[in-house]
Amino acid sequence: MAFLTGFYALLFYFAAVVLVTGLVFKIQQYARTPAPLKIPTTPAPTTRGGVIFRMMREVVLFESLFRGNKWTWIFGWMFHFGLFLVTLRHLRYFIEPVWFPIQLVQPFGIYGGMAMVVGLAGLWVRRFFVDRVRYISAPSDHLILALLILIGCSGLMMKFVFHTDVVAIKTFFLGLYAFDVKPLPSDPLLLLHLLLVAVLMIVFPYSKLLHAPGLFFSPSRNQADNPRERRHIAPWARQLEQE
Amino acid sequence: MAKATFEVPALTQYTEIPAVTPDAMAHSAPFVAKADFQKPLGFPGGLVDDWQTTAIAKMRELLGRYRSLQVYLDSCVKCGACTDKCHYYLGTKDPKNMPVGRQDLMRKVYRRYFTLAGRFFPKLVGAEDFTKEVLDDWYSYYHQCSQCRRCSVFCPYGIDTAEISMAAREIMDSIGVGQKYCNEIIGKVYKIGNNLGLPGPALEDTLEGLEEDVYDETGVKVRYPIDEEGAEILLVTPSADFFAEPHVDGLIGYGKVFHEAGVTWTLSSHASEAANFGMFIGSYANMRRVAQRIREAAIQLKVKRIVFGECGHAWRVAYSFLNTLAGPWDFLDPRYPVPQHICEFTFDLIQQGRLTFDKSENDDKVLTYHDSCNVARASRMGDTPGGQFEIPRAIIRATCNHFYDMDEDTIRDRTFCCGGGGGLLTDDLMELRVKGAKPRLDALNNVMQEKGVTHMAAICAICKSQFTKVLPYYGMEMDQIVSLHQLVSNAIVLTGQGDGDLEDEDETDEAA
Ligand code: HEM
Ligand code: HEM
Ligand code: SF4
Ligand code: SF4
Repeated sequence: MAFLTGFYALLFYFAAVVLVTGLVFKIQQYARTPAPLKIPTTPAPTTRGGVIFRMMREVVLFESLFRGNKWTWIFGWMFHFGLFLVTLRHLRYFIEPVWFPIQLVQPFGIYGGMAMVVGLAGLWVRRFFVDRVRYISAPSDHLILALLILIGCSGLMMKFVFHTDVVAIKTFFLGLYAFDVKPLPSDPLLLLHLLLVAVLMIVFPYSKLLHAPGLFFSPSRNQADNPRERRHIAPWARQLEQE
Repeated sequence: MAKATFEVPALTQYTEIPAVTPDAMAHSAPFVAKADFQKPLGFPGGLVDDWQTTAIAKMRELLGRYRSLQVYLDSCVKCGACTDKCHYYLGTKDPKNMPVGRQDLMRKVYRRYFTLAGRFFPKLVGAEDFTKEVLDDWYSYYHQCSQCRRCSVFCPYGIDTAEISMAAREIMDSIGVGQKYCNEIIGKVYKIGNNLGLPGPALEDTLEGLEEDVYDETGVKVRYPIDEEGAEILLVTPSADFFAEPHVDGLIGYGKVFHEAGVTWTLSSHASEAANFGMFIGSYANMRRVAQRIREAAIQLKVKRIVFGECGHAWRVAYSFLNTLAGPWDFLDPRYPVPQHICEFTFDLIQQGRLTFDKSENDDKVLTYHDSCNVARASRMGDTPGGQFEIPRAIIRATCNHFYDMDEDTIRDRTFCCGGGGGLLTDDLMELRVKGAKPRLDALNNVMQEKGVTHMAAICAICKSQFTKVLPYYGMEMDQIVSLHQLVSNAIVLTGQGDGDLEDEDETDEAA
């Protein structure tokens, strides 16, 4: 029990460090790499505000995916929106006091969890049954879906079948903030849930999950269509002009 | 028409998504550039000895220079939304022609050499060493992408396979594996001034011939000037406009429009080509060098404005990149955007009521309009997004009585490429070109059956050449493809036309 608590404490410190440093590294890499040419996919907004609105539609509604493939959109959006609600609901383990909006969202978080698992299942079925999607899938594409489904199912089982001591969990995580390791309940489902979550955090910056920050840096989506009005030039391209 | 050595697909009412057929197009590859065509562009003459290391080093350099490449290689989640969007996949069934399949040819190398997961668990994430087999695949399939950007419209992250194809071609050029067609043409532009290698005197002859033809037909002296210093407008147009059908009918149309506008204009023998093949091979340096000719010509001829003729990829480089590559344009008249598209120019005059048309001149045709891929998805016309769709259609409506659009899923930003863009318009890729045209021709055939459409108008030299060549394979006529300004040319009523008088505007052109 003490060993498990210590192991999980270390695991989460490690996972958090990997997640944060990995993401910070990737984001600053994206931010520092210049985009030498104007390449928004047109028709594109001509102003900064228009670009923000376009980006919001992509992030919230998955607009391009909607135009591209309705089934993937339905399952993909279900999964991500579910994930979003679950995340909000989970905040109660990590903040004290729990903000009022987070209290309100608690029941929806459960539906979110269900939607998330259904969405993931739909996406996974596509990977087997649509020959084009099967062709492009690597083992890692299946594993990440398996990982997320397992996290979701273990969570739902805790909610509906084998209850766990959420107060103790919260104490454990709040304790980690102060480097004060409090005992973690040793229910197998919870340990599985947490182990998989740590794995998710660790693979995040080294996998296709980089699509989340990547979207914001995609030049075909985040550039304004104003090349005739404003001269756009990257530092390395300006150097060519001096030669 | 040469007999096809491959099976021409049968047109279907709606383009069906084919079942994945691996390696269906693995045999397709364009001729490799010999040393003579590589050297003038600054590339090694043949495959260098340590090509693998050199290629990886080049890839590292490009990853640091192009955010698009870095972000796109990381971000794809293999959602599959792009898999049925490429005309080459739809026409050839080869899964490496699915946009993500094409990207993965580079992504597997990227993962192997540049990511932790690929270094330690290559099998798990589909990473692979850069072997000769992989390089051969690159050469084959990165020359089966017309850089049309249709995939980027539907990808949730806007991943543009064109960017990846360009980077791949740049990497291959850097190790001495170039494509003959593109690199030979860029060499011609440096040496002679245009893609077709037409020297100045030949252009002058052609233009004189055009003046005579137009005079014979209309009785009006419309001028087609070249290298006239002090003209207001520099027209930069694809060299196919100088002689090939139906391109040249478009050029005749531009001249008539300028004539009616009462402006002076000139072509330039130094910049006698609008297309910029530097983009196709992903080479910023070559693209810039080709673009600089236009700046030099504008300065030398002391013009006030620059207008581009009908050409798709050229308009992308002109609209989106010219300011970057050859700007700033502060020495030109600030009242006009630089550059302008000939369609913007004509449309402005139509709106001001300054052009008179006799639409019945086009009554022998029922038209549809092909949105050229790079105009549609990589540029704009006018001041509002989507002007690139509305302005050409407005011109057709002003000049023709019978016009029908093709299926909504195949026009505007969802338009299909003609199948010959991006440096693939060469006879050594005929099979690819014919098969890649299928989705566009399915839609065309559909409006031909249902609406009685007889002709398709386009505003791109590549589209026009490609369709002229490919339509007969599908049992259609090569002259069913027309230039947009050919329609303008047919319908426009020139001032003084018919009464045989010479125009006084003509004299003003003698300023030079
Ligand atoms: C800004 C936030 C995010 C946006 C805009 C976003 C958007 C998308 C989109 C559009 C897709 C493609 C459609 C689909 O397959 O669902 C996708 C796929 C995916 N996303 Fe996200 N996502 C975000 C954050 C996340 C996060 C935080 C995770 C992980 C915990 C995640 C995990 C996944 C996975 C695993 C897939 C692939 C699903 C499959 O295999 O088909 N996403 N994402
Ligand atoms: C350190 C982080 C996490 C902790 C401490 C944690 C803890 C828990 C606990 C204690 C439950 C049971 C809730 C109850 O009984 O009411 C639960 C449920 C759940 N968890 Fe987690 N979890 C974490 C991260 C995640 C992540 C990253 C995901 C999704 C990718 C996830 C998905 C779920 C789902 C879908 C449920 C069921 C629905 C719900 O009760 O909200 N969890 N989690
Ligand atoms: S850019 Fe066009 S040709 Fe290239 S992969 Fe995308 S859809 Fe296909
Ligand atoms: S649509 Fe974009 S994210 Fe989806 S598979 Fe294609 S390239 Fe990858």
